[in-house]
Amino acid sequence: MNSVILFLFLGALLGYFIREKKNILRHLDKVTFCSVLALLFLLGSSVGRNPVIIMNLHNLGIQALILSVAAVAGSAVISLAVYRLFFKDNGIDEK
Amino acid sequence: MKSSIVIIIFFALGIFLGYFVDAEMLKSDDKLSTYALHFLLFLIGISIGADLKVFRIIKKLHYRILFVPVSVIAGTFIGVASVSFLFESISLNECLAVGSGFGYYSLSSIYITELRGETLGVIALLSNIIREVITLIGSPFLTKYFGNLAPIASGGATSMDTTLPIITRYSGKEYAVIAVFSGTVLTIIVPFTVTLFLS
Repeated sequence: MNSVILFLFLGALLGYFIREKKNILRHLDKVTFCSVLALLFLLGSSVGRNPVIIMNLHNLGIQALILSVAAVAGSAVISLAVYRLFFKDNGIDEK
Repeated sequence: MKSSIVIIIFFALGIFLGYFVDAEMLKSDDKLSTYALHFLLFLIGISIGADLKVFRIIKKLHYRILFVPVSVIAGTFIGVASVSFLFESISLNECLAVGSGFGYYSLSSIYITELRGETLGVIALLSNIIREVITLIGSPFLTKYFGNLAPIASGGATSMDTTLPIITRYSGKEYAVIAVFSGTVLTIIVPFTVTLFLS
């Protein structure tokens, strides 16, 4: 948890100092996306090498899937209400 | 959409490799993903620091930022509770405990395994991993139909780290601060909510 805040802070500090260097910042999104791919690959490999997960995948997986879809759906609906009430017209969105 | 497919392919490749390649070779994986995560956080930090708009947003949002984690908690409990009747072997409280992981699968599954045994522990692990994967893959869909807060809500506790890049990508970097805030609050309360429902 602390390392999360630390690395965000260090990045923000560097970002603040290079905020005028648009030619560097332009490539940031691409590098970020590549790191997402690397992380997902690693998450996949830790799922793949966990025999407990692989063996029970079909039984417990369906129950887990129903629970996660329900959790995401509930959160998305409530967040839509909050978004419309408090966020949408407050100039946070870029467009 | 194209990026979602690329993401799924990389995730599937990871599972394939993890399953078939000798586990010894992958032992350094956990460290590696920690490093990758830190690198990612550093990159996100740069994009926050380079854009001073973010600091104006916190000022502007002020108390309203609290509504985000609260809506995740309320929405998760409502969602999970409304499907709990489908399961014969899982009680309402156990469903709520699984939901209380808010995507923080490592911690919540350890707690749940200790309190209710391995079966519910594995369900918690899978369910919270799936929640993260749904967020990673479904964010374009979520922003389209449920607004820019939806990926943050879907990501739950993971919106401060693993799903933060994808949230930043689809909701906009103005939402990175909200995502980190919401994810941090949820990460802190996971141990409390999980144990609350199982004690």
